[in-house]
Amino acid sequence: MLLIRCPWCGPRDETEFRCGGEAHIVRPPDPDAISDAEWADYLFMRKNPKGAHRERWVHAQGCRRWFNVLRSTVSHEILAVYRMGEPEPKA
Amino acid sequence: MKRYSIFALLRNAISRHRDWPPLWRYPDPKPRYRVVIIGGGGHGLATAYYLAKEHGITDVAVLEKSWLGGGNTGRNTTVIRSNYLWDESAALYEHSLKLWEGLSADLNYNLMLSQRGVLSLAHTLHEVREGIRRANANRLNGIDAEWLTPEQVKTFCPVLNTSPGVRYPILGATLQRRGGIARHDAVAWGLARAVDARGVDIIQNCEVTGIRREGGRAVGVETSRGYIAADKIAIVAAGHSSVLAAMAGVRLPIESHPLQALVSEPVKPVLNCVVMSSTVHVYVSQSDKGELVLGAGIDGFNSYAQRGSFHVIEGQMAALVELFPIFSRMRMMRSWGGIVDVCPDASPIIGKLPVEGLYLNGGWGTGGFKATPGSGWVFAYTIARDEPHPLNAPFQLDRFTTGALIDEHGAAGVAH
Repeated sequence: MLLIRCPWCGPRDETEFRCGGEAHIVRPPDPDAISDAEWADYLFMRKNPKGAHRERWVHAQGCRRWFNVLRSTVSHEILAVYRMGEPEPKA
Repeated sequence: MKRYSIFALLRNAISRHRDWPPLWRYPDPKPRYRVVIIGGGGHGLATAYYLAKEHGITDVAVLEKSWLGGGNTGRNTTVIRSNYLWDESAALYEHSLKLWEGLSADLNYNLMLSQRGVLSLAHTLHEVREGIRRANANRLNGIDAEWLTPEQVKTFCPVLNTSPGVRYPILGATLQRRGGIARHDAVAWGLARAVDARGVDIIQNCEVTGIRREGGRAVGVETSRGYIAADKIAIVAAGHSSVLAAMAGVRLPIESHPLQALVSEPVKPVLNCVVMSSTVHVYVSQSDKGELVLGAGIDGFNSYAQRGSFHVIEGQMAALVELFPIFSRMRMMRSWGGIVDVCPDASPIIGKLPVEGLYLNGGWGTGGFKATPGSGWVFAYTIARDEPHPLNAPFQLDRFTTGALIDEHGAAGVAH
């Protein structure tokens, strides 16, 4: 079980959170202007790295706010927690 | 290969079973192969088996980073069925089930296939409608399927709690009588023995660390045991599909998650079929050793760690006790996790990748074991002919660009 430090509520059990998957995926500003392959890349393709992974979490049973987590997918260690809009910490 | 038979058993009994030959060799890798298969699990070995058997291609190496069948092949809950909703999936999984039915005889190795029936419970009105729809769709596709009323469910599986007073009462179930379980280690061992006998090199403790490309074409793999050149490279690495595809610069729509399973202490026969419930969320069967084998959904986060969080198996146990109050005082012996490669539409990708000479069989997610022989059969065809078989043609990577997804997430009664 992970112990996740919500930027607003402090450390809480993983059961209070939901993982929202890979972070920093930007919706293409003009979907009509790009190819089907580029749209598929935005919709479906994922980095899925073995190692440090930037992902979104929501404190679903707490403050219900979204934030970013930098976490290792090998050790599950949480390397950094940062709010939406804050600069990405180095892996 | 020495065939197993009653006479072989008697002969070896005389020598006190000291002269049984090893099932496979431990060869050093050759510098070059016609086909290199990355991944020595069931799907990789089945691919090698059908390459040799159906297409006469035996200049093949199966590279396994750990020991043979030590990944998801040895970690799954061994459920086999083919009752998928959509035509594409139904055809693929039914082809696989038909291969399962003859595979023990084909391999001369007892896979302990037990077609004891798979019961998928419905607990809501919506699930009843979807269950009946799926049973009808299965029958139109020539797959055996029945709809059972709660009374018929009770008759078929007496230990289930069919009381109407529980929070999610059982309102009915679909039943595929030809579904069941098999011995997962035997699948790896039987296939390994068969491919080794046909001259395929199984190379264990050989991790692929890079894919070498020349002029846009994949020409070989860097491994922990040196460089191996190959005309064709096939990735069959389950949870590590994305990692290997990334070595060749290919992005996949796959995310890797832990899927946990656990077994109980062994008890006398008590559960006669496989029971699945998507709403209460557990699936369970009893192994021939007497252990209950159960699993449920994936952990929500990405992982390569082969373990997950405790609250996920706690939820499975709560579901088990809800459905089977008789199991409430059973002790669980072991739990573990496997890394499953989940596609957005819960269907696999079996075909060529955008890099010439590179092939992928992955994205099976939580339900790959049942497809082991069929998956290897269509993938071997794809590698040998350089084009997909009609059975796996719909399961190409480009479906995520065209939009022709095969959405089996809710439709197949899959418990994710």
